[in-house]
Amino acid sequence: MNLLAVETATEACSAALFSGGRIIERYQVAPQEHNRLILPMIEAVLAEAGLQLAQLDALAFGRGPGSFTGVRIATGVVQGIAFGAELPVVPVSTLAALAQEALDEIDEEYVYACIDARMGEIYWGVYRRGETGLAELIGEEAVLSASEVPFPQDSHGVGTGSGWARYEAQLTERLGERLGTIFTDRFPRAALTARLGAEAFREGISVPPEQALPVYLRDDVAKKPVPRR
Amino acid sequence: MYVLGIETSCDETGVAIFHSQQGLLSHHLYSQVKTHADYGGVVPELASRDHVKKLIPLISRALSAAGIDKYRVDGIAYTAGPGLIGALLAGAAVARSLAWALGIPSVAVHHMEGHLLAPLLEPDPPEFPFIALLVSGGHTQLVEVEAIGRYKILGESLDDAAGEAFDKTAKMLGLGYPGGPEIGRLADEGLAGRFVFPRPMTDRPGLNFSFSGLKTHTLTTLAATSSTRQDKADIAAAFQEAVVDTLLIKSQRALEETGLVRLVVAGGVSANRRMRKKLHEMGREKGYRIYFPRLEFCGDNGAMIAYAGCQRLLAGHAEPLEIRARPRWPLSDLLPP
Ligand SMILES: Nc1ncnc2c1ncn2[C@@H]1O[C@H](COP(=O)(O)OP(=O)(O)OP(=O)(O)O)[C@@H](O)[C@H]1O
Ligand SMILES: [Mg+2]
Repeated sequence: MNLLAVETATEACSAALFSGGRIIERYQVAPQEHNRLILPMIEAVLAEAGLQLAQLDALAFGRGPGSFTGVRIATGVVQGIAFGAELPVVPVSTLAALAQEALDEIDEEYVYACIDARMGEIYWGVYRRGETGLAELIGEEAVLSASEVPFPQDSHGVGTGSGWARYEAQLTERLGERLGTIFTDRFPRAALTARLGAEAFREGISVPPEQALPVYLRDDVAKKPVPRR
Repeated sequence: MYVLGIETSCDETGVAIFHSQQGLLSHHLYSQVKTHADYGGVVPELASRDHVKKLIPLISRALSAAGIDKYRVDGIAYTAGPGLIGALLAGAAVARSLAWALGIPSVAVHHMEGHLLAPLLEPDPPEFPFIALLVSGGHTQLVEVEAIGRYKILGESLDDAAGEAFDKTAKMLGLGYPGGPEIGRLADEGLAGRFVFPRPMTDRPGLNFSFSGLKTHTLTTLAATSSTRQDKADIAAAFQEAVVDTLLIKSQRALEETGLVRLVVAGGVSANRRMRKKLHEMGREKGYRIYFPRLEFCGDNGAMIAYAGCQRLLAGHAEPLEIRARPRWPLSDLLPP
């Protein structure tokens, strides 16, 4: 299977190609530069694999949560390519990609994945190592304050993501002894989006380009003014 | 050459297919007016979210309405600015990536160049050079247009744009959003001459505008009445007359000063019926030819972007593999293709 993935929901920008079990990736932490970087990165991974678009089976993208504009860049890129090349799309959670990296690296059962959501909140998701080693979501992803995050009582795991950099104290206090290692410097990357995407695609999960849409989690983005007389 | 045009700079998702010889083949517009009406103005984040949902279905529709397959498209034109950064990026990401996937060139179009060239989509288009009066939600400019990409700004608004003035005044009168069309309708019921508003900056030389003072004028005038529907209609008529006259006086001045004889009017406010009538009359009287886009191409649309982009693509325009979005982008920075 050949699957191309992009992840641009945070400060990091990346593209990756999953090809016959091998993963080729381009990754760069470059805030505000995703619009310049992402297409050349895609070209680079395809070139390195010696593949043409026509040889791909599917696309995957980090559907969020994350920076609204960032998530929309990945969404738009994938919609455009999928429409042009007639490819199915697999939406992959940005928090899941973050969690997968930690699971691959550390021998723990749980991951507390967390991305800074600004405005005093974080995007939060608890993931568990599944039978095949892939991250499985426990409960639901949410946007909330660090002092309110939910987690299974009997879990023990690793904390990862930019939310940890900012709210390490609050989160550590809340999770207590459930917490093992903490990675404060990790961003979601397309290599993991590709891996999760390939697995989901194998299970028959994909959507047409117009249904490849962001998951923002935060939806109260504007206040209606009080109607005046 | 078949060109797909994509516009997402603000609150309309516009898509069109233009052919360099056959002309406009199809155009579709999804307006978010209803989404933003409750907020009394455009909410940028909601605008971006809507573009992402609407764009691909609109592209499909525009292609089938034009009777072509996507593989027939020779180039993609998309609005890269000026506009709302999130909204621009939403369209640009799809447009640039689609062009890359199809292996065809793309062109980042200046939104105001799109507006300015919109009258060239009409059957009897103006020849260059001409004066363009750009009147929209964010711009009020008089431009000397020598050719495509040769723009000299002769004057512009020092504060509110004409469309913005319409919108703000409408709000004061308790009308809905967007205010321009609402004021136009209400003004039809108004008594001409009951109130007379100033024609800002027309008593001194120069081609700049200032519309923000009219707001205060509206407020004080309204406060002195009992705010009946008739009072408001009379105020709407006075306000509209003042804006239209001001635009007319300065446009005429620009024509006189440059010796040009053609005036192109474009942008959302160019849909204003009173303005179309008065400018046509002025043209007949003074021997100028006045050009407007058809009503549906006064506001934002994909057709004008497809047209403007096509002119640049025909000249061999090619750009790097980069999704371009430039929220602030002076028209005078443009170069000929
Ligand atoms: N009939 C009308 N009379 C007066 N104003 C009108 C009329 N119809 C629309 N407008 C005004 O036109 C403006 C919208 O025009 P347009 O869509 O071209 O602007 P924009 O795209 O928001 O701004 P810009 O083009 O400067 O970036 C609004 O301010 C609206 O009130
Ligand atoms: Mg406009």
